[in-house]
Amino acid sequence: MCWHNKQLIAAVLGFGVLASPALAFDFGRPATPDEIKLWDIDVGPDGKGLPDGAGTVAQGKQVFSDNCAACHGDNGQGGIKDRLVGGQGTLASGMPVKTVGSFWPYATTLFDYIHRAMPYPTPGSLSTDDTYAVTAYILSLNGIVPADAKLDKASLPKIRMPNRDGFVPEAEFDPARLARKK
Amino acid sequence: MSKAPIDPLPRPANVSRRGFVGGLSAGILGAVATEAAGAETLADVPDRGPGAILSAHSERSRFAKIDRIPEAGPGKRNIDPGDTINSKTPHQKLVGNLTPTDLHYERSHSGVPDIDPAQHRLLIHGMVQKPLVFSVDDLKRMPSISRVVFIECTGNGWENWKKADPELTVQNTHGLVSTNEWTGVPLKFLIDLVSKDKSSSWMLAEGGDGAGVDRSIPLTDEIVNEAFVAYGQNGEPLRPAHGFPMRLVMPGFEGNLNIKWLRRLKFGNQPWMTRWETARYTQLLADGKARQFQLRMETNSVITQPSGMMQIQPGYNRISGLAWSGHGKIAKVEISTDGAKTWTQAQLSQPVLSKAQVRFQMDWVWDGKPTRIVSRSTDDKGNVQPDRQSFIAAMGTNALFHYNAQQTWSIDEAGRVRNVLA
Repeated sequence: MCWHNKQLIAAVLGFGVLASPALAFDFGRPATPDEIKLWDIDVGPDGKGLPDGAGTVAQGKQVFSDNCAACHGDNGQGGIKDRLVGGQGTLASGMPVKTVGSFWPYATTLFDYIHRAMPYPTPGSLSTDDTYAVTAYILSLNGIVPADAKLDKASLPKIRMPNRDGFVPEAEFDPARLARKK
Repeated sequence: MSKAPIDPLPRPANVSRRGFVGGLSAGILGAVATEAAGAETLADVPDRGPGAILSAHSERSRFAKIDRIPEAGPGKRNIDPGDTINSKTPHQKLVGNLTPTDLHYERSHSGVPDIDPAQHRLLIHGMVQKPLVFSVDDLKRMPSISRVVFIECTGNGWENWKKADPELTVQNTHGLVSTNEWTGVPLKFLIDLVSKDKSSSWMLAEGGDGAGVDRSIPLTDEIVNEAFVAYGQNGEPLRPAHGFPMRLVMPGFEGNLNIKWLRRLKFGNQPWMTRWETARYTQLLADGKARQFQLRMETNSVITQPSGMMQIQPGYNRISGLAWSGHGKIAKVEISTDGAKTWTQAQLSQPVLSKAQVRFQMDWVWDGKPTRIVSRSTDDKGNVQPDRQSFIAAMGTNALFHYNAQQTWSIDEAGRVRNVLA
């Protein structure tokens, strides 16, 4: 950072520390609990943020066929977009196949991603139940949950993904280390 | 590339016209259409006269043909526009340290949203005392900073992990990094406004695009002090492709962390393990384990002139390129013109800024024999850009992201410059 940037930041931060209590009202407005709820969609690996609702593998098969198969293939084998199924045992090979089954470390991430970003043309259009259902279906295609499984906010975070221990955090930003530091 | 018998620029003494023009024809002039006849003598220069009407918005000369290249992924070029996932900066046609705004690389995960700033809001909540909602105008009223930084897609360089396609240009190999000046509000200022809980050590940043791209950001002192929410880019509002009306800027860190169309910051005490930081931007090593939260962009450099698919002539050639590091300032760049056997320190174009690209250059007289040219950078923290062999030994060939090995260009007896691994 060049000299005058440092000066500027020092000035800005000094201003912030000294003046922000008095000026807080001037910048922005308080967020109401109801409107926060509309946007607060993120789901953590511990299941925090998962909504009420439930879905079965059988329901998910239909949801997948209607909304997902066009891009991801009839059984999640891949198409114009990512393959979702298989690849277990390939990660250390010359041709690794990274899928939900072979690579993703948390089942909660699958729910969160479908919920926020899928289906691509109309993200957020699936109901909560349908999102649980299609999550269950993709996990069943990978042999991670049985064909008669039903998922909800209690059961989803308990699923142990095959590659759960496949990640090595960078020392500088290791969550365990940062938590200890605080 | 045209080899028209023209002599458009003064040339150094002792350099033949043929050699000088040949060298240049591959570079800056390569960005300019030279199909038309040149001017052999001053008498050939067209007469002066009244020009076009002055305009509200100036465009590039019709003779300057400079564009990004949309691609669909490594090796996927000449694609259906609907399949584009990124669009690369034409470094081989640019000069100086900064990237023109419209040529800054773009990587977007669900297209470019068309956002009316009057209807855009930024929500800051989570582990805070005062959750607040801000409009774009609110941000513009706050104290601001401006800073020149590079932003680099973690996939930059991903073409060369396993093999080197000899047909690639530097735009193909390194077009996912650019440098602009960004203006906005320090994250620290916003943190003070909402009174963040001191025990919050992570922040989720989320975009307003269709994918709702979201990343967990560790709140280290460096990040808290340097990150900012930008609404300005090179003196004007952000371009939609780069996050209009506001984006997070994270100097030195993965492009994907610089969340575009920013609409939510949430404070917590653990990472959210989003798709982007688990399934996507993690680096698979040879043993099947993946490096996670490798968030900093590494010490890097590339020769842009001469570079892939150009053709040079024996004699004087000026070597030029760009260097950058997510750790800090570039301290030096060395160039080898004999396949990494001997190295010479290049000149750096001032100013050299922390976490910004800097241009380097060096005079070179090519003897006409086949050779290989390569650059390596060192930053002010002592990090040295690795040669390819040691880089691959550490990372394997499946990592896909965070490629920063030295880039070698081979030159054959005809002066053809081609992409090679080393």
